[in-house]
Amino acid sequence: MSGRIPIQVTVNGRARAFEVAAHHTLLEVLRDDLQLTGTKECCLVGECGACTVRLDGRIVDSCLVLAVEADGGEVTTVEGLASDGRLSRLQGAFLDEGAVQCGFCIPGQIVAADDLLRRVARPTVGEIQEGLAGNLCRCACYGQITAAVAAAAAAEAGAR
Amino acid sequence: MHAFSYERPATLARAVALLEAHGPEARVLAGGTDLIIRLRDGSLAPTVVVDLKRIAELEPGIREADGRLVIGATTVMTDIAADARIRRRFEALAEAAAVVGSVQIRNRATLGGNICNASPAADTAPALLVHGAVVVIAGPSGSRRIPIDGWFVRSGVTTLGRGELVTAIELPLPAAPMGSVHLRRTRRRGHDLASVTLCCGVDASGVTRLAYGSVGPRPVLAVDATGVLADRDAAPDARTGLLERMLAEATPSARSMRASPDYRLAMLRVLARRGVDIATARLAAAEGRR
Ligand SMILES: Cc1cc2nc3c(=O)[nH]c(=O)nc-3n(C[C@H](O)[C@H](O)[C@H](O)COP(=O)(O)OP(=O)(O)OC[C@H]3O[C@@H](n4cnc5c(N)ncnc54)[C@H](O)[C@@H]3O)c2cc1C
Repeated sequence: MSGRIPIQVTVNGRARAFEVAAHHTLLEVLRDDLQLTGTKECCLVGECGACTVRLDGRIVDSCLVLAVEADGGEVTTVEGLASDGRLSRLQGAFLDEGAVQCGFCIPGQIVAADDLLRRVARPTVGEIQEGLAGNLCRCACYGQITAAVAAAAAAEAGAR
Repeated sequence: MHAFSYERPATLARAVALLEAHGPEARVLAGGTDLIIRLRDGSLAPTVVVDLKRIAELEPGIREADGRLVIGATTVMTDIAADARIRRRFEALAEAAAVVGSVQIRNRATLGGNICNASPAADTAPALLVHGAVVVIAGPSGSRRIPIDGWFVRSGVTTLGRGELVTAIELPLPAAPMGSVHLRRTRRRGHDLASVTLCCGVDASGVTRLAYGSVGPRPVLAVDATGVLADRDAAPDARTGLLERMLAEATPSARSMRASPDYRLAMLRVLARRGVDIATARLAAAEGRR
């Protein structure tokens, strides 16, 4: 298969069919073809996590996944976390804790933190640090980001 | 990234045929955490990329068969680190898989990719050496198996031939309990390739297996069958001399950016002693549980 390859991917709950070039990454297709620019392009070597998305239930660096590899799969980007224009509890916690400075890494941080909270309801500080080890913040808001994730977990537990 | 054609074979036979037909022009794609980076920086420029992830016979998974634990080549680190059998009986491998990259990387990085990429710093390599792993290979003339000790040649080079690919990695289930551990030094905590990796395994008969990486072109296995290293009451000089001989194959490069040769050699000795202590203690705990 060369040239453009037809693929089907469910993106943020919506089934989509489109064509991609074999050498285009999931990151490029999300941003350039689907205009989902919440997912950021940064290091392109899997170090920084700014391009983190959830693919078939697990987070990945979308810069290291070819778009064709997602064929038949389900992708959730940061745009898929808010519902009906309302921020998720986790997104709200990031604002409340002042975890956002320049904001560039935040979509990746939030997708990774959302994944952590799906796996571990009440993570320890150590578990939060490990869960977000693949997401760098050059503003160094790590303290606030960790606090936001812990606050979201506590709020979620309180709501149950 | 330059253009290439993408193949998604549904069977092993088709994958092997593609690899045989295209030879060095073809590249296997598993999790892509090494390959995509090299496609993007241009250091690899295959005309064909063969994705292994839709091959029926290569479904990821871990199963027990005939006294062995068989780990499919496309099994990712997340699943290896979480597997109860691996955590209980092959601790060094579970620990190695758990420190590869980040959550995002471990969700993609496969065991097959880690050994085929053959970086001297590959975290699972020393663990597989200590556990006596066997690499299962499919190729044009059928399948073959080789002990992991005969697999690594030098950085980026293995004994895999044209048209061949790895289908599984097998671990013989030890008859008697074994204690094992994976240790490494990185420049920072979290996300980093290791400056030194070391695994140690000690079994009930006193045999100690030490394997180390990131200190030469390929990971090295050294075995003490005398029982001296695992014997806490052995004369300190005897243990030191033995350890020196077992670590003698370490030849770290002065050109590596991660750490100086002196630092690596010093840390290798520290990790080796620590590894023997931890593996011995784990063996005692495992024997206590029996
Ligand atoms: C940010 C980052 C951090 C990392 N941290 C670590 C770390 O801490 N420790 C570590 O050991 N590694 C690390 N790595 C390296 C990498 O993630 C691992 O080596 C991983 O296991 C590679 O597996 P993969 O499935 O992604 O391989 P791929 O990239 O798909 O393939 C790697 C190579 O192996 C070949 N190949 C793959 N599978 C097979 C097969 N079954 N048969 C034949 N050939 C095959 C491919 O053709 C390619 O040449 C890191 C990588 C990144 C990007």
